[in-house]
Amino acid sequence: MSPVLEVHELHKAFGGIKAVNGVSFSVREGEILGIIGPNGCGKSTLFNCILGQLEPTQGSVKLDGRDVTNLRPSALNRLGVSRTFQLLQVFPELSVRENLILAGQEHQGSMLGRLFGARDAGLSEKAEQMIGFFKLGHLTDAKAGGLSYGQQKLLDAAMAFMAGPRLVLLDEPAGGVNLTMLGDLKERLRAINAEQGATFVVIEHNMDFVMSLCSRVIVLAEGRMLAEGTPAEVRANPAVIEAYLGH
Amino acid sequence: MSAPATASAARPASRSRLRDGALLALVLGAAILWFAPAGMGRYGTYVLSLWLVMSIAVMGLNLTLGYAGQTSLAQAAFMGLGAYATAILTTTYGVNWYAAFALSGLLTFCIGILLGFPALRVRTHYLAFVTLAFSTLIWLLLRNEQWLTGGVFGIANIKRPVFFGLRLDGALAFHRFLVAVTLILALALWWLVRSPWGRAFMALRENPVRAASLGVDTRAYTLLAFAIGSAYGGFAGALYAPLVEFIDPSPFSLSQSLFLLLMVVAGGSGYLLGPFIGALLGVVLPEWLRFAGSLYLIIFASIVLMLLIICPQGVSGLAERGWQALRRGRPAGGAP
Repeated sequence: MSPVLEVHELHKAFGGIKAVNGVSFSVREGEILGIIGPNGCGKSTLFNCILGQLEPTQGSVKLDGRDVTNLRPSALNRLGVSRTFQLLQVFPELSVRENLILAGQEHQGSMLGRLFGARDAGLSEKAEQMIGFFKLGHLTDAKAGGLSYGQQKLLDAAMAFMAGPRLVLLDEPAGGVNLTMLGDLKERLRAINAEQGATFVVIEHNMDFVMSLCSRVIVLAEGRMLAEGTPAEVRANPAVIEAYLGH
Repeated sequence: MSAPATASAARPASRSRLRDGALLALVLGAAILWFAPAGMGRYGTYVLSLWLVMSIAVMGLNLTLGYAGQTSLAQAAFMGLGAYATAILTTTYGVNWYAAFALSGLLTFCIGILLGFPALRVRTHYLAFVTLAFSTLIWLLLRNEQWLTGGVFGIANIKRPVFFGLRLDGALAFHRFLVAVTLILALALWWLVRSPWGRAFMALRENPVRAASLGVDTRAYTLLAFAIGSAYGGFAGALYAPLVEFIDPSPFSLSQSLFLLLMVVAGGSGYLLGPFIGALLGVVLPEWLRFAGSLYLIIFASIVLMLLIICPQGVSGLAERGWQALRRGRPAGGAP
C-alpha cells in the first residue's frame, strides 16, 4: 500500500540558515508518527513546508502519491489534511459551536451553495458530537476567547478533526496542558485513530506523551534526521541521547 | 481549573442574541422612519434621508472592516462612482434609474474585485494603501474629466426614480422610498453575516492563517468582502445622486472616505446596527450642533474621541456592555 504522506529530500533555507536540510520520510495509513528534537531543530518549519504555509527551497511532498508541494493551505485542507498549531489558534470572538462549524463548513458543497444554504451548513449535530467527544459540553455557547488555555487546546484539536480528515499534523498538542487534560487528549487521539483510521504526525516535547502515543518516532537535529525507529529504539540510540535526551 | 476562568468561559456569546434583536430593531426603525418626517419640513426630511444614504455606505464599509477586517480608504470614492454612474446614465443616456442602480452596484463590485487582487499578496495595510491611491485617482477623474463628469460644475437636474407609476419627486415620497431600499439592503447584509459566508469573513478578521488551515479560501473571501462592501458604496451613491439632484466631486474626496471610516468605528464596527449609529453621529449630530457655529467640528471630534477612549467598540459596544451589566445585576436564578 502506498504511504499517505511522502516527504522527499525537503530543504528550507532562510538566507544562510538551513532550517530543514534534506528530510525524507513517509507515513503509512493509520500510523501515529512522532517527530521530536531540540528547540530550533526545524520541526515546525518542516510542518509549515509540508502544509504549504512556507515554500520549500527544494524537495517534494506527496499525498496518496499525488504531488501537493506548494499547494495552498486551504486547498490541502480540503483534500483531507488538517493541522493544529503550536500556539493557540482559535477564533476568540466566535462561540465554541461557531468555531467548530467554521472548521467544517468549507468542506460542504459549493461557495454559492453555502451562501444560500443552511446557516449552520448542516453541521450543528456534528459540532455537538465533537463538543461531547472533547468534553466541552458546558461551553457550547461560550466565546472561545473566554475558555481556559487547556480548554482552548481541546477546542483547537476538535476543530482539526471536525471535517473528518485523513491526515492530521499536530504541533505540540500537549504544550501547556495539565496532566488530567493530557490524559483526556491522548485517549481522544487514540480513539479517533482506532475508530476512523485517521493518520497522525505529532510534534511534541513531552517525551512520555510521544513515547506512549506513537508507534514510530523520528528525531530531528539541526534540520537533519538523526534517528528513526520505535520509541524503545530511539530511546536507546546513543546519538539521540547525546543530542536531546541527555540534556 | 480555576473558578474565575470557568465563570468567564460560561458567559454566553451575547453577540448572537444581540444580532437577532438587531433584526427587530431594523424593522421597527424602518416603520418609525416611514412616518418620522411628519411635521419636520423639507429640510428635516432631507437630513433624515441623507442619514439613510450614508448608513448604506457605512454598512458596506462595516462589512469590509468590521466583519472581514480589511481596511478600505475608498468608500467615498466608490460612492462617487455609483453617484456619477447613475447621474450620467439617467441624465445623458436616459437609462431607467433601477437599471442604473443595479449597474452602479455591479460596477463598484467589479472594481472592488480588481482592487482587491494586489492586496492579497501582502497583509491588510496594503489594501489601505491601494485604496488610498484609488481614492485620489477617482477624485482627480471626477474633477478633471469635464467631458464626462462636468468637472467642478458637476451634473445637475438628476431625476428621481418613479415607483410603479408613482412619482417620487416630493421629499416625503422619496424619503419613504429610501426607507424601503435601506431596509432591503440592511436585511440582505443581515442575511449575509449570519450565513456561512459571514462566519468565514469573521474568521478572516480574527485569524487568517488558521482559517486557511481549515479550508477557508482566504483569497476568495477577502475579495468578496471588499467587493460587496464596495458595492454598498456604489448603491449609496446611486441613491445619493437623485436625493441631492446635483452632484460635484467634493463629497467623494479622501477626507470623506476617512469620515466614513470614523463612522464605522464610532458606531461600533462588527455590529449590524453600528453603521446607523455611526452615520447618525456623522450626519445628524452636525445639524444639532449648528448652534455652536464654527466650534461644531471641535465638539464633534471631542465626542468621538471620548467615546473611543471609554469604549473602543463604539456606541454598539457601549450598549452591549450596559446590557451585560444589567444582566449581571439581576439575581443569577438560571445559573448552574
